[in-house]
Amino acid sequence: MLEEENGVDPRLQAISAAIRVVPHFPKPGIMFNDITTLLLRPKVFKDVVEIFVDRYRDMGISAVAGIEARGFIFGPSIALAIGAKFIPLRKPKKLPGEVISEAYVLEYGTDCLEMHVGAVHPGERVLVIDDLVATGGTLCAAIRLLGPMQIEWKACLYTCRVPFLELPNQVNLCQYSALRSLQANVATESSTHC
Amino acid sequence: MPSIPSLTFHAPSSSRLPSFLFPLSPPPPPIPFLRPRFISLKAMALEDGKDHRLARISSSIRIIPDFPKPGIMFQDITTLLLDHKAFRDTIDIFVERYREKNISVVAGIEARGFIFGPPIALAIGAKFVPMRKPKKLPGEVISEEYALEYGTDKMEMHVGAVQSGDRALVIDDLIATGGTLCAAVRLLERAGADVVECACVIELPELKGREKLGHRSVFVLVKG
Repeated sequence: MLEEENGVDPRLQAISAAIRVVPHFPKPGIMFNDITTLLLRPKVFKDVVEIFVDRYRDMGISAVAGIEARGFIFGPSIALAIGAKFIPLRKPKKLPGEVISEAYVLEYGTDCLEMHVGAVHPGERVLVIDDLVATGGTLCAAIRLLGPMQIEWKACLYTCRVPFLELPNQVNLCQYSALRSLQANVATESSTHC
Repeated sequence: MPSIPSLTFHAPSSSRLPSFLFPLSPPPPPIPFLRPRFISLKAMALEDGKDHRLARISSSIRIIPDFPKPGIMFQDITTLLLDHKAFRDTIDIFVERYREKNISVVAGIEARGFIFGPPIALAIGAKFVPMRKPKKLPGEVISEEYALEYGTDKMEMHVGAVQSGDRALVIDDLIATGGTLCAAVRLLERAGADVVECACVIELPELKGREKLGHRSVFVLVKG
């Protein structure tokens, strides 16, 4: 994790403190990590983007793919700063043009992630952005959409509760970084996933 | 699936990984087959002559006929987002307009307002407030109902996101009938903010969104 590798980055503490935990959302037992409070602190929000930009700017990344909807909040600023295009990965029937789709498993049932045909092509180096990775379901769908040759990196604001080794194999093959690990930082939490 | 080397990240300042792991290639050329279906939108001339940027912005927007239903010509901004310079220019034009206006809040309407709003907010030092569909925001919210063509929908904003005295900008990709923008404006005003302007990339003037917003100021880059 970034915070472990860097020693103490003073920006990370403020970022962590700016995220609000809302109990029992969307259902009882779930501790929801709310990034909207971070967005209300311009300096902290800027630090988040700058940390990612510092990390990725020299890696020849040509596209940043953001997962709807909170990935849309963080991805475009990173894309603009590193000279990459931005690709929205969306729920079904939102994208107007021809799409490719990837289904993924929810706790109950399945959902689908879509991307426009032609948004990315072989050889591109892509960064996938979301606010949070928990079980890795949407992340894996994004990776499958973009193709095994194309995903180099994946960045999230933080991971929640799921030890790295328990993530699905496809995710293990990809390097990922997280600004904050809730396993280290949250003192009280229910036994179910965030 | 090819094996990808397992890598350890170091501190951001030393994030240069060995070059042999990543044979770098230049960014790929623009994707030609995305372009042929563009219909030229009329770029709005600004008084200080920014036409050269607007032309590229305008031509990067793709029209998709009959989406989401027959008869509708959908203005697709995803192709603008694939053109880094056009996306950069879009944000720059908004930032230039608002940076000296003492804006403390940029409210972005889900979901495409989330793409344009945050870069503007970051550049002008304002907070970003997401305006969302029902049941998406986890904390206490205030809601505003608005009319759709058939039926109604609701928009929500977190309690406490905005205070009396905040000067707000509302951002969305497009203004059509003005229904969603109106709902956003009402939510912000109910929370005590002064809504300075609504800003969109695209306007569909025949749908009279400006009339719905009454006296409130609307700024757009291109008209459909």
